[in-house]
Amino acid sequence: MKDLVRIRDLSVRFYTYEGVVHAIDDLDLDIKQGETLGIVGETGSGKSMTALAILRLIPYPGKIESGSIVFCDKDSGGELELLKLKEDRMRAIRGNKISMVFQEPGAALNPVFTIGDQISEVFLLHRRQELGRQAKQRVDSLLSDGNGLAAGLKRPFWLWQSRLYSKIAEGPHPLEPRFLSHLPLFRRLLWRLKDEAGLLTVDMLKDVEIPDAARVAAHYPHELSGGMKQRAVIAMALACSPKLLIADEPTTSLDVTIQAQMLELFRRIKADKGASVIFVTHNLGVASEVCDRLAVMYAGRLCEVANVEEIFLHPSHPYTKALLNAVPIPGKELQTIPGALADALNPPSGCRFHPRCPSAMPMCQQERPKLKEIGKDHMVACYLF
Amino acid sequence: MARQLVRNPLSLLGIIIVVVFVIIATFAPLIAPPPEGHLNHYMIPRDGYSATPQPPSEEHIFGTTQGQYDIFYGVIWGTRSAFQVGLIVIGIVLVIGIVLGSLAGYFGGFVDEVIMRITDVFMAFPGLILAMAIVAVLGPSLRSVMIALTVVAWPSYARLIRGDILQVREEDFIEASRGLGASSMRVIIRHALPNAIYPTLVMASLDIGAIVLAAAALSFLGLGAPEGYADWGQLTSFARNWIVGPPLNPFKYWYAVTIPGLFILFFVLGWNLLGDAFRDILDPRLARR
Repeated sequence: MKDLVRIRDLSVRFYTYEGVVHAIDDLDLDIKQGETLGIVGETGSGKSMTALAILRLIPYPGKIESGSIVFCDKDSGGELELLKLKEDRMRAIRGNKISMVFQEPGAALNPVFTIGDQISEVFLLHRRQELGRQAKQRVDSLLSDGNGLAAGLKRPFWLWQSRLYSKIAEGPHPLEPRFLSHLPLFRRLLWRLKDEAGLLTVDMLKDVEIPDAARVAAHYPHELSGGMKQRAVIAMALACSPKLLIADEPTTSLDVTIQAQMLELFRRIKADKGASVIFVTHNLGVASEVCDRLAVMYAGRLCEVANVEEIFLHPSHPYTKALLNAVPIPGKELQTIPGALADALNPPSGCRFHPRCPSAMPMCQQERPKLKEIGKDHMVACYLF
Repeated sequence: MARQLVRNPLSLLGIIIVVVFVIIATFAPLIAPPPEGHLNHYMIPRDGYSATPQPPSEEHIFGTTQGQYDIFYGVIWGTRSAFQVGLIVIGIVLVIGIVLGSLAGYFGGFVDEVIMRITDVFMAFPGLILAMAIVAVLGPSLRSVMIALTVVAWPSYARLIRGDILQVREEDFIEASRGLGASSMRVIIRHALPNAIYPTLVMASLDIGAIVLAAAALSFLGLGAPEGYADWGQLTSFARNWIVGPPLNPFKYWYAVTIPGLFILFFVLGWNLLGDAFRDILDPRLARR
């Protein structure tokens, strides 16, 4: 299968007062078209940072130090080097081609706007031309159907609206409507765009299986349950049918029954829209449910990448093994990984896992192991192989 | 919100006071009609040139102050100047404070450093003294008083809004809207500000009274409106020599200082009560039962 995103030698560093934190260190990772890639690892292993780096949203004082992230998309002209794009072109990609679902659905929604408003905003940002076209059709049908005195009086107004909307439909940044949208009174001329976005929003909410979507769209976030909020957030992320959906621990804050529903929803959406999904999680059970491939990360580096069955049946990296051992099984004592997560300020030399590794060798301390292919699509970074 | 405002007796009192002042200011030409042929309605008509204040009479119901200025006319039209000073200064201060504060808070780093160091410079001087210095440079007039008070007041607003934006900026929904492709301007105006602006609005409503008080203080010191302009501060400054009457009758000229003083007092009290009420309503954590 073809690659959708190709990450090469990605390094992300945080320049803090205490020193430089290597959040991601020379990461190579491919995301194929239509697959679900799981990224698993402990807290602080760089899973979320990898996700944010793809969108170029690394928070201050972090910086993408080096590397390349290539996004392959026919619609936007073949291969795009995301790290070299100008900020406004990057904005056109965020939420449109690549979008993200955050961990805490309550916090990812703005408390002062309704769900509908917030989802419409995505359409207004990225689908202006389509909205303009539809709004123009609506005004034109009013123009051709309207009879009587009231319609006669409104006619000049409709003609003006029609002209404005056709301009919006033609170009990405037409001058006249853009100027008018900044003027308090004239802004109201463009209300049909919002209406059209509202219709799309209700469709979108239906798509994520929200019952009574039109009513829910008028609700504020605090009026909805956690599961509903997460559905709304997913609807927002899927609004523009992105090629890549990044889900950063989307089920962590939900209870188990809702988790199961969400996983079902993710699977269905992927099948429907053919999008690739990056699923960041620390729950191996969840990962085994939804993912096609898994990438295991430790302290900012990749340990092992393989298909899900391969990882669960033949874990090769000592860290992957330890991680699988640490899954709680009822009735048995919980196996932990000895030692603490590597200090991000002063990471261990060589392989970063060597202080905690049961099969560490002298050379593990000296040099960093390279990713090696040990089976079909199975890469491991360890000297044991 | 309206019901909450009316339910609390103190906030109801605040509303009544402010509404009464609004009515006075609006209908000033009817309450205290300017004499025929009077060119500038804000100049208080005078009835002679004697320095000694005259007690309330049928012709001058609140009496006249030093220089025979009619106190009734002065306080009624002075309400208009008070609103002018309070609302215009607060309006400009809010615009400057919100723009600079949200830029500093949202972008952080160098922008924040520069804007905050500028506010430091302004806040290093005692407010009233800086205002006096500015008025002295610009020349005494109501306009210079407004400029001076704006210069003194904006830094604390910029700081307040910056702090709140800093807090909101870390929320996930800001990150989420950036992740959906919104530009920085859009994120600030649509997502950050609506969640951060309430404390500032509360402070603004509390400060309207404080700013009118400061303007009155400047006028009292002779740094305000030109002589004879309807302005509460100036009326009190006319009464400066007449606060205590002759030895046997110390309250002889009470009207000269008390009446303009009461107008200032109620104006400030009204806005303070209103501001407190806004705070209680907008910030549920501070709700008092």
